[in-house]
Amino acid sequence: MSVTTSSASWKSGDAVSDQFPAGLRVLVVDDDPTCLRILEKMLRNCRYEVRLNNRSYRRTRGKKLLFGIRNLDRVYFVDLVNESKFTTCGRAEVALKLLRDNKDGFDVVISDVHMPDMDGFKLLERVGLEMDLPVIMMSADDSKSVVMKGVTHGACDYLIKPVRMEALKNIWQHVVRKKKNEWKEKDAEQSGSVEEGDRQQKPTDDADYSSSANEGNWRNSRKRKEEEDDGDDKDDSSTLKKPRVVWSVELHQQFVTAVNQLGIDKAVPKKILELMNVPGLTRENVASHLQKYRLYLRRLSGQPQNGLGNSFLGPQDSGFGSISSLNGLDLQAYASSGQIPAQSLASIQAAALGRVTNKSGIVDQRNIFSFDNPNMRFLDGQQHHSNGKQVNLLHGIPTNMDSKQLAALHQSGQPFGNTLMNVHSQSGQSNSLLTQMVQPQSRTQMLNEVGGNPVLKFPSSVGQPGLSQPIPGSGFSRYGMDNNVRPLTYTSLSQPTSVVEFSRSQGMELSGNSIPLTSNSGITSYTSKGTTLQEEVNSEIKGSRGFLPNFDAFNELSQNRTDTWDLQNVGSTFETPQHSNVQSRLDVAPSVLVQPAFASDHRNGYIRTSSVNKAAFSAATSLGNGTNFGQQLTPSHADSSLRIKTERLPDMGFQNSLFPDQLGQDDLMSTLLKQQQDGLAPVENEFGFDEYQLDNLPV
Amino acid sequence: MERQAAYLRNALFDQGYLDEQFLQLEDLQDETNPHFVEEVVKLFYTDSVRLIQSIELTLKNTPRDFEKLDKIMHQFKGSSTSIGAKKVKKECTQFQEYCNVGNVEGCIREFQEVKQEHAALKRKLEHYFQLAREAR
Repeated sequence: MSVTTSSASWKSGDAVSDQFPAGLRVLVVDDDPTCLRILEKMLRNCRYEVRLNNRSYRRTRGKKLLFGIRNLDRVYFVDLVNESKFTTCGRAEVALKLLRDNKDGFDVVISDVHMPDMDGFKLLERVGLEMDLPVIMMSADDSKSVVMKGVTHGACDYLIKPVRMEALKNIWQHVVRKKKNEWKEKDAEQSGSVEEGDRQQKPTDDADYSSSANEGNWRNSRKRKEEEDDGDDKDDSSTLKKPRVVWSVELHQQFVTAVNQLGIDKAVPKKILELMNVPGLTRENVASHLQKYRLYLRRLSGQPQNGLGNSFLGPQDSGFGSISSLNGLDLQAYASSGQIPAQSLASIQAAALGRVTNKSGIVDQRNIFSFDNPNMRFLDGQQHHSNGKQVNLLHGIPTNMDSKQLAALHQSGQPFGNTLMNVHSQSGQSNSLLTQMVQPQSRTQMLNEVGGNPVLKFPSSVGQPGLSQPIPGSGFSRYGMDNNVRPLTYTSLSQPTSVVEFSRSQGMELSGNSIPLTSNSGITSYTSKGTTLQEEVNSEIKGSRGFLPNFDAFNELSQNRTDTWDLQNVGSTFETPQHSNVQSRLDVAPSVLVQPAFASDHRNGYIRTSSVNKAAFSAATSLGNGTNFGQQLTPSHADSSLRIKTERLPDMGFQNSLFPDQLGQDDLMSTLLKQQQDGLAPVENEFGFDEYQLDNLPV
Repeated sequence: MERQAAYLRNALFDQGYLDEQFLQLEDLQDETNPHFVEEVVKLFYTDSVRLIQSIELTLKNTPRDFEKLDKIMHQFKGSSTSIGAKKVKKECTQFQEYCNVGNVEGCIREFQEVKQEHAALKRKLEHYFQLAREAR
């Protein structure tokens, strides 16, 4: 199917048809011809239409092409749409040119990290900056630092080579997520509920994860939805297609100058717009850019403190583990995105971070994510220094963040998170690990798993090594993504604990990408349900970074949308400008972890959401999340999420107790849970929830 | 013939020459690309030649540029990994370790190992593909 169709359909957030992934237009950039050929074949098998752009193709047709171009610095572009045109690209610059010339010609970009003519991260930034496309990084290098770098630069995901088929199968989630974010953002903008710049970045950022190479100044994780033409799918008249605004270096410089003049706290889009005095620039453009910028700043400063937020970066991949905290979030989301868990966490974290005050609880979870996936984009948000406004949504990333974030969070004095926060500091690291690990793997897996509960394997051990709970999944190392996916469901639960543990075991986790998944999932093992959590988590994450989009998208796609919404709601909570999310997240975190698995209600994420919601509610109550939710994630259910949340509350009580069990991470979890919510998360770590879940789990 | 091919293939796995990534490649092979695995392997071997040459050249220059060596080897390793060349990958990792500590002797020695494994696998795979083709 044509890409546009998919994006369009996606946007509405409804009916993501099963065919959505087919016809996805992917651009692959890699200097290794062997790898390119394999990727191309895999992508074709995914029913993505592959179009090889290469001159020689015409001459040689097919295989020859690759052989002919196996030269160094050769960048192959594979446009998955139709196999007719070819354009040769010898360098990453050519790739950029190709992208620029075909503004809407691609849906997602997969790029290698190490390339002769240009650093993969630079390409990532440029793409994110200029085109706001989801970018997935890949490399044989699986060291945490590199993965983290990917996360901080806004990569949607990070694949470890050799790339497996499962990993590629789920890349579409990033596209969907991004669109969803954008969609939401637009929606939010229109509704005017969005605080300038405070809006959850999530809507636009579905794809943000990777695409925005935030390097320049802010994390683009939030892809500016506004700028995305696709975002206009919503039949909202107010959301007119806005021509994408390219934030060039100068423009951004002007922006920064204006912001500094006004003072970062006082900088409001309207005033910035006036100061900048750029014709054609709308308040919305500035608003979304400001959002991203804030996240970016937060990320920078929050790192030292918030390690948590950053760690979430992983949401994408590991979303599982970290997301556990999201528990409430739809595990489904996780499952689908596989990565989401990490992301969710990130988002959660981000959300939490943003909240600062409340997030503590959430933060923990996020940390989990962050550890795992440096890629978690969510972490960005972490830096929020207690600004309610800034969506601290985990912009993910920050390797340092873990401890720092924790610190930061800690400072925020969140009621909930205190415990978590502490935990996070440690776990933050682990989380990132998990995240990282989880991310690559989780992505594919989660999606796959959604239906199945394979995850059970990983006991809450999100934290893997350190975690009290063994993370069965962790063993999976990258290849095992599938396995990891399952754990995602669990991860939510274990997250809190895992987070803590991770930090200790950090070293352990990252290595195995797979592990993160497991840990995360472990908690929620209820894959089917877990996904919901993930989704929730994702949704949360989305808020923070836009990662959540995955969940949203995923949720919609795979699960009962309603359920997922829960997650989304949860996510939204997080995302919502700051407070609401934070609180919810925090609370949720413990429960989130547990919840994912609970999906028992059929509504995959439902239960979870409840817990999450509950937490969120408690937290959010003060914040008045209601508003926020609407804005945030709103994957589509933004509204529903709010509602759901309320409903959930009652459930939450339930779940809270459940989660603790799941997490298994007795020590941490209990503590965290206890602190967070007095009543929310029954600290008992044993997998008590199993019982609960068993009933419900659709497994 | 078919049995021979299968036997040889299994032996490659058992002896540690190939790992599960090779299985992934086999999974990708289908009626639209009936010779996919062979094609990819050929592609790898053609492309890896330049990488090997590059390392050799860099190893000759003094003082040894370990960073560059590591970088090239990383690329080579990535390629090898993608076709499932287990032993080659192992030697590559070893080489990189020597690079990290600046052990010139070790690097030179290890590089010979890398080349040997690389060539040995090539021979075996070529043999296997030939059998497989005849079997069809």
